Amino acid sequence: MSTAERGVPRIGRLDRPALTGVLVRELINYSSYWKASTFSSTVEPTIYLLAFGFGFGSIVSTIGGLPYVQFVGTGTVATAVLFSSAFPAMFGTFVKYKFQRTYDAILAAPVDTEELVTAEAIWIATRAGVYGCVPMIVAIFFGLDPSWGMLLVPFIGWLAGYGWGCFGIMIAGFASSFENFNYVVSAVLTPLFLLAGTFFPLDALPRWAQILGELNPLHQCVQLVRDAVFMNLSSTDLLRAAVLVGWGLLLWRIAIYAMERKLID
Amino acid sequence: MNGELAIRLRGAVKRYGAITAVDGLDLDVPVGTCVGLLGPNGAGKSTTMRLLTAQAIPDGGELEVLGHRLPEDSKAARAECGVVPQLDNLDVTLTVEQNLLVFTHLYRIPRAERREAIERAVQMANLGPRRHDKVDKLSGGMRRRLLIARALVHRPRLVLLDEPTVGLDPQVRQELWALIDALRSEGTTILMSTHYIEEAQRLADTVLIMSHGKGVASGAPSELVLEHAGHEVIEVYGPPARLAEVQAEAAEAGLRTRRTGTSISILGVDRDGHSFEGERRPANLEDVFVLLTGEEIE
Repeated sequence: MSTAERGVPRIGRLDRPALTGVLVRELINYSSYWKASTFSSTVEPTIYLLAFGFGFGSIVSTIGGLPYVQFVGTGTVATAVLFSSAFPAMFGTFVKYKFQRTYDAILAAPVDTEELVTAEAIWIATRAGVYGCVPMIVAIFFGLDPSWGMLLVPFIGWLAGYGWGCFGIMIAGFASSFENFNYVVSAVLTPLFLLAGTFFPLDALPRWAQILGELNPLHQCVQLVRDAVFMNLSSTDLLRAAVLVGWGLLLWRIAIYAMERKLID
Repeated sequence: MNGELAIRLRGAVKRYGAITAVDGLDLDVPVGTCVGLLGPNGAGKSTTMRLLTAQAIPDGGELEVLGHRLPEDSKAARAECGVVPQLDNLDVTLTVEQNLLVFTHLYRIPRAERREAIERAVQMANLGPRRHDKVDKLSGGMRRRLLIARALVHRPRLVLLDEPTVGLDPQVRQELWALIDALRSEGTTILMSTHYIEEAQRLADTVLIMSHGKGVASGAPSELVLEHAGHEVIEVYGPPARLAEVQAEAAEAGLRTRRTGTSISILGVDRDGHSFEGERRPANLEDVFVLLTGEEIE
């Protein structure tokens, strides 16, 4: 059937077929590189977990009543989410835009930049949600007790991954070369990564660092995961989730703006 | 919707800072025809193509594609268009079939028809035996064929071809011409940009010659040749000083000339009596092209 016989499909904003089209492309591509991607997204946080868990664990036995391995095991979920969202989003988007010209091909089809960015963020979030669970599963083998709250972790990872994915897309949209990413990694991602409460609690830090920590979406992710895994969820966590939602929505719009500037003359 | 026109541009303008890439362009592409956008590099052909898919937003003018106003209804227009870009943007780590599968989704082909659409595209690109090969294992010609077949997977009413054979060797070019010609004979409307004169002459029903973002002449290739260069041309060879003299004499006689590298061509010699010594040959589209778009390379 030709497009004339089929008739014009109803076309609006954030069309499901457009989102599906972009997601299908990612899924098919993923089938060709999933091994490398799974390796890098899971091995690195696991190494952090083991190194800190046993390294520091030999000095620090418990934090806030938790054995240190369990403290780090839940904390590195956020690390895995960050590594499998912000980084692939930055580099992947840039490569697809600049070197493979994939986005030119997609935007010549009935897909808008808004749909393209949204679908890419959904894809990255989904991967982050899955990969985020890896350190937690590894920690189970080192004494973390399974709990029903763990079932929430992929969703928390998804939510945080969506925001970090949009963050990465936004950076790729504003960057003019690969070298620009160095500034972002050194000046933004590394401090936020360390100031997230993953490896040490923030309560002992100076007041200003604690405030910065509360503004760090990665910290919200760490706290949510811990509270879910240890079944300590409270109304504060609702607020934390709300922060992640708001942060995700904000970065989503900025990412769309950045990519439109880049892709549409 | 305008019944006969697949593409209708009126006074389309696109600026990039101080540069006006498309400068008040009018363009009509009647349904069922193949129109060639012919112009030197930098004439605004690729920008025009990007305007038609709303990958560039015009600064002025009216643009309509398949009855949809651009840029606001561009998505509906794109659903019925196929686009072959100038630069290869296939997914190189995917196979031939996987590349096509992605586009059956992007072009919203219903599930039940996807298999058949992929099969048809594979046959069209003549890549049957290579269907499971990754794109980075294909030759340049195969990749081009796949790029064209990918744009046709949803059987669009209108196909935009941006320099479809640029940088390919003559054999591959002819193969692609056959592919495009087959498409044309099936009644698909085609807009093709090119700077290869032979390509326009062979494939296009009408040609719009572009220069500096404007259309400078349009019509069937043979009509354009007749109108601007006449039936015959005399090519005079000689040292530069001699050529300059000949040029001056021709200008005095009211004849148009163009440089042809080592010679000078005097156009439209069939109309007047003349006294030029040189080789007579039929006028061609290249004469018109150089005459209208200027001889200097910018």
